[in-house]
Amino acid sequence: MIWRPLVVLAAGALGAGAIAAEIPLGERKSGYEFMGRDTRAMQDDDTSNPAMFWVLDGETMWKRKAGTADKSCADCHGDAAASMKGVAVRYPAFDAARGRPVGLEERINICRADQQKATPFAFEGKELLALAAFVGRQSRGMPITIPEDERLKPHIEAGRAMFNQRQGQINLSCAQCHDDNWGQKLAGAPIPQGHATGYPLYRLEWQGLGSLQRRLRNCLFGMRAVTYPLGAPDYVDLELFLMWRARGMPLETPAVRP
Amino acid sequence: MARALINVPANAKRGDIVEIKTLIQHEMETGFRPDNMGRRVPRDIITDFVCKYNGQEIFRAELHPAIAANPFFVFTTVATESGTLSFEWTGDNGFSASETAKITVE
Repeated sequence: MIWRPLVVLAAGALGAGAIAAEIPLGERKSGYEFMGRDTRAMQDDDTSNPAMFWVLDGETMWKRKAGTADKSCADCHGDAAASMKGVAVRYPAFDAARGRPVGLEERINICRADQQKATPFAFEGKELLALAAFVGRQSRGMPITIPEDERLKPHIEAGRAMFNQRQGQINLSCAQCHDDNWGQKLAGAPIPQGHATGYPLYRLEWQGLGSLQRRLRNCLFGMRAVTYPLGAPDYVDLELFLMWRARGMPLETPAVRP
Repeated sequence: MARALINVPANAKRGDIVEIKTLIQHEMETGFRPDNMGRRVPRDIITDFVCKYNGQEIFRAELHPAIAANPFFVFTTVATESGTLSFEWTGDNGFSASETAKITVE
């Protein structure tokens, strides 16, 4: 059963030509617009959005002292509503000390290790997701704005190359689904345009919160391609390209998706 | 203690039908899943949910392993008098959580 739509999709993509056409800026749609009424309602109301549990946990952690420095996030950054507003919309951001872009989760862990002198959180763990969701929540509704930075350009291009690269046993690229065939069905579910506007988000299939990297691993696994370890620079480049591709679209963090 | 999110209108007219939404943080581990080592993860779910309006039971639900994580209930009642709605969840391993919400009826 699962084979048929994939084969149709691959044939359709071949017919459309090998080079994927980018979606014009005005025709971009958030994954929200592909969801059913009930799932939209969950996201629209904070008291029915289960991701808010992570945001509330993150708020508690923001104020909790940690590490040998015995400092909380709030001791340096103060009220997150002011200090973290507009932060998540410009990540992944270039880190001069490391000479490469870092994602929001990694940024939190760097702060934790360097400033709090505490053990970094595990990627995809409850704590890191909670803090990332809490920080992301402060920028909800703001347009995604990856800054014009020459140092980011090679990484955006590397992410773009990965997005257009055919890979895995099925020999698919991200672009073949999300640029060329969005709005069509894959095994009964609509194919969204793949804009990373709401991460970390609550996915009903996961029964929990997950990061964009977890979503990317899901897609790569479905393509039967090699997945990278969480936190790998390859993901950060792809994340950066996806955020650049979604530039100007409002951040929905923490979103709900089927 | 598990977190719960409650949405009850603060004010209502007498005789109005009001919508009540409750969401509670819980893993709802089914008891059927194996862990990484192939061992069965023991069941850990919420089994009962009760809502009382000024002490009188107005809604009750029994929960079973097929119910998703973070159970979400939406139900309605008729606003009869001002007072308190109380919510109580109980479950496996001595799980217990409660919340209250005020409603003013004119």
